[in-house]
Amino acid sequence: MKRILVGIKRVVDFNVRIRVKPDGSGVVTDGVKMSINPFDEIALEEALRIKERGLAEEVVVATVGPADCQPQLRTALAMGADRALHVQADGVIEPLTIARTLLKLVEREQPMLVILGKQAIDNDNGQTGQMLAALWNRPQATYASKLELSGESARVTREVDAGLETLEIDLPAVISTDLRLNEPRYVKLPDIMKAKKKPLDTLTLQALGVEPRQQLKLVRFEPPPQRQKGVRVKDAGELVEALKKKGLL
Amino acid sequence: MSAKVLIVAEHDGSRLNQSTARCVSCAHALQGAEITVAVCAADAAAVAQQAAQLQGVARVITVENAANAHALAAVLAPQIVALAAPFSLVLGPSTTFGKDLMARVAALLGAPQVSDIMAIESATRFRRPIYAGNAILTVESSAGDKVVGTVRTASFEAAPAGPAAPIEKASVDVALPTHTRFISVSAAKTDRPDLQTAARVISGGRALGSADGFKILYSLADKLGAAVGASRAAVDAGYAPNEMQVGQTGKIIAPELYVAVGISGAIQHLTGIKDARTIVAINKDGEAPIFEVADIGLVGDLFQIIPEIERLI
Repeated sequence: MKRILVGIKRVVDFNVRIRVKPDGSGVVTDGVKMSINPFDEIALEEALRIKERGLAEEVVVATVGPADCQPQLRTALAMGADRALHVQADGVIEPLTIARTLLKLVEREQPMLVILGKQAIDNDNGQTGQMLAALWNRPQATYASKLELSGESARVTREVDAGLETLEIDLPAVISTDLRLNEPRYVKLPDIMKAKKKPLDTLTLQALGVEPRQQLKLVRFEPPPQRQKGVRVKDAGELVEALKKKGLL
Repeated sequence: MSAKVLIVAEHDGSRLNQSTARCVSCAHALQGAEITVAVCAADAAAVAQQAAQLQGVARVITVENAANAHALAAVLAPQIVALAAPFSLVLGPSTTFGKDLMARVAALLGAPQVSDIMAIESATRFRRPIYAGNAILTVESSAGDKVVGTVRTASFEAAPAGPAAPIEKASVDVALPTHTRFISVSAAKTDRPDLQTAARVISGGRALGSADGFKILYSLADKLGAAVGASRAAVDAGYAPNEMQVGQTGKIIAPELYVAVGISGAIQHLTGIKDARTIVAINKDGEAPIFEVADIGLVGDLFQIIPEIERLI
């Protein structure tokens, strides 16, 4: 079956103002709105569009994380994914462990594409997709802003520092999404009801044969340094004078 | 024990990208670090020469292969891995080149990656921004573990020129994949300074109103020798091309002077400019969040103010 595997992560919603805990042990997540990582939502939307164009038959979403990730998997099912895989894991799970876990899912599901966000907006690591592609020994096309499938290969336009780069990659492959790939659909109420009946399988790292490794100790979280409050000038003349005084003109 | 650091050079085949010189500065912050720069290219001579002249570089190794004509992570990663054995720290820049490549290298090495290193406290201890810069995290690797990192280039000055280091050719005997093929790269040609390395940057937001509206910024930028950037809103509205985008999802920059024109200052934009030495904000809304980070703020109509500034300088 032509299948697309989409990796999603549950993160603090992008609208939440982040506060660091006073003891430096993390950021405040209690009572904070959680959502699907926005880049992963774009990944799911792209997979759904490929299926709707008849180029794939099944979209499977997967996440690795604690039990409270399931609402985000249900949201993904409501968006249109056919089934969900939840690999339960607690504590700090590093990108390399996630990639090893996704590789196990890839071996089970044999997808033609794995699509995931270019980074999660919590840890901003931006590693998982590349790591999965490396372990799988398959192509990667990161920061995708356009994806065209043709038979056994795909053309991907990537947002790179120089502009837009186009790659041709053989399938199966890993794609990571950038913001402009698409605009994810809104979930409709009847779909939320339907999603409750869709299959959501729970797995464990142990059952998949993945040994979680934490290779980086999280020593301390701190708020960022604040910039000094500046001055207001009243017109262009004063602005030019102020810049000259600072030696900037 | 001195740390042995391998830095993966970013280049376009003829010119070394300044991001590499910033990685050298990052590594140089480690007391007694022995720094090697790896240049993978079709023809590495010119780039290797430039890398050898960066202060702090002890050695440049080149890997020449026709397959390296374009920087493809899947092709470069096994070559870097083949070079990485003697090194405790393997660094690349946190540009799209480095971010794409280094995580692939890390996975092949089974090593952890520290993304966006903003400070290096020891060979095992690093600081990095998370949550779009709204928190700073210190991480520590186990002594003896190899670590891969991407260097947040805006956090480090480019290393200056120094005495030339020796250049050695390495031959790397690894199978390179052919499953990933470069087709093209499109970028608007511009005579203006490069956005990522310019000392002065003028950026426009949605308030410019159109691609035509940006012309007053180009005109002022040319007079100042500045690069021109844009907010995500302006890029999404089609007023400026994507490669001009400044912010968390665009370019993260640290110019001497940053002038934000008609940009309200969304968090994701501020993330991209917070290391600028001096930030100037020009906006008609005096309550706009950009004024909270601006060193100099001016409330008013940008279509009057910008031409007036141009006349006055």
